[in-house]
Amino acid sequence: MPTILSIKNLRKSYKGGFEALKDVSLDIEEGEIIALLGPNGAGKTTLISTICGITMPTSGTVTVAGHDIISGFRAARSMIGLVPQEIALEQFEKVINSVRFSRGLFGKPRMDGVVEDVLKRLSLWDKRNAQILELSGGMKRRVLIAKALAHEPRVLFLDEPTAGVDVELRKDMWGIVEQLRADGVTTVLTTHYIEEAEAIADRVGVINKGEILLVEDKDKLMARMGKKQLEVQLTAQLDVIPDALSGYDLALGDGGNTLIYSYDTKSERTGITRLLKDVADAGLSLRDVVTRQSSLEDIFVTLVSEKGEGDQ
Amino acid sequence: MNGTAIAAIYRNEMARFFRTLAQSFISPVLSASLYFVVFGAAIGSRIDEVEGVSYGAFIVPGLIMLTVMTQAISNASFGIYFPKFIGTFNELLSAPLNFLEIVIGYAGAAATKSMFIGIIILITSFFFVDLQIAHPMAMLAFLVLTCVSFALFGFIIGIWAGNFEQLQLIPLLVITPLVFLGGSFYSISMLPPVWQTISMFNPVVYLISGFRWAFFGVADVPIGLSLLAIGAFTAACLGVVAFIFKTGWRIRQ
Repeated sequence: MPTILSIKNLRKSYKGGFEALKDVSLDIEEGEIIALLGPNGAGKTTLISTICGITMPTSGTVTVAGHDIISGFRAARSMIGLVPQEIALEQFEKVINSVRFSRGLFGKPRMDGVVEDVLKRLSLWDKRNAQILELSGGMKRRVLIAKALAHEPRVLFLDEPTAGVDVELRKDMWGIVEQLRADGVTTVLTTHYIEEAEAIADRVGVINKGEILLVEDKDKLMARMGKKQLEVQLTAQLDVIPDALSGYDLALGDGGNTLIYSYDTKSERTGITRLLKDVADAGLSLRDVVTRQSSLEDIFVTLVSEKGEGDQ
Repeated sequence: MNGTAIAAIYRNEMARFFRTLAQSFISPVLSASLYFVVFGAAIGSRIDEVEGVSYGAFIVPGLIMLTVMTQAISNASFGIYFPKFIGTFNELLSAPLNFLEIVIGYAGAAATKSMFIGIIILITSFFFVDLQIAHPMAMLAFLVLTCVSFALFGFIIGIWAGNFEQLQLIPLLVITPLVFLGGSFYSISMLPPVWQTISMFNPVVYLISGFRWAFFGVADVPIGLSLLAIGAFTAACLGVVAFIFKTGWRIRQ
């Protein structure tokens, strides 16, 4: 897929010397969903704000479909839609007028069919004549998305779209992002919900203290860095790991009722067969055996903490 | 020039004006009518003619100027400060439009609203006083220039203001006293000589005088000076707007 968004050596410093972005470079392919993960204050919102024209970069370049965000700002911004983190809406305005306003602001002529389509896709059509203040928090978030989509952008930025929303709405949002992907819209999502990135992203970028620590295909990342664990649940409680099993990377869990074996999925031999045989030979009786894949969250915590240690 | 975006901002601002019609329109018209009743009918009936014009008619230009100046400032300053306050300003910044287009949209709408109110007050005044306009085109030109320049000034205040207190600070502490002391309800020639001299440092005197000249052909200062004053004020406001446009002052970090 061709690159639609290219960020090169982007830096952003504020008065007082605080560097919010440190030499960030990133290429985003057309049609993909990329999740930028990072703790609060990592620089996620600054990165999005700089690309969208809300803050000015200190140095570096950003292009959207080849258009520089400074010298070709009109062409670049007309391709971008931004869903902000905060619910910022004119409360007394009607839903449909607010969405029409956004379309006009991006220089697009009034086309009621497009606005109707956007509102219907976001289940807002029935509320089109309602004042925004009458809507629930979840519906207001949908209005924000509708406003961002009103001018038919090719790249959509979602800044913490599900912060503070319930599980049901979060899953609805994921469904909306999937629909957009089907329409060819590139989505850049910032989140600190690992579960969100794991559920919908094609690629994951980890950002911390203004630096991109890693950008990788989500599945490859999990395969490369993900460890698997085998949990052997026992019928009788153990106080210590038997000497016969001391050669394995084992830990006791569940108050001594479970043996936890960590192994590398990339290894040719995982050692599971031999372990289970040795467990049986040691006279331990098994209740159940389960495996668990380490989550993106584990990977994220490992990356951020490793980087932190490296800085010290 | 992104004309569609300018039109979108303009329409959105005008829609708010009509949505809050009582607050935007009825309130200034009611205030102006009260001025006519109190100053024109009650007090004015005991005052002789001023510069050959009945007092009730004499105050009409000043009253219109007083209203359009304050309305242009408050509409423009609130219009641009409100999106900053509620956070929708970022949508403007992320849209493909430059600052000049934002100014045209917001200040243009504020100027239109204040002009609309000014014309309504003018129409209202015909119900209270016998009024004839000596130079209608000059009157219209002064009205348009005043609305535009004060809308630009209000826009600058809205960009500068960091809170609602600051938003009210300049209109209340600077503009209202200058307008009241600028000859809205009296001729500068009625003042003692020393106050006449001091009044000449009040830029609003030149604007009201010019506007009054357009109505009655009489003025406190030569019409050329009035034109120069309104031109200079408009140029100064445009200069500050250009500075904001170039530097992103109080807009983009």
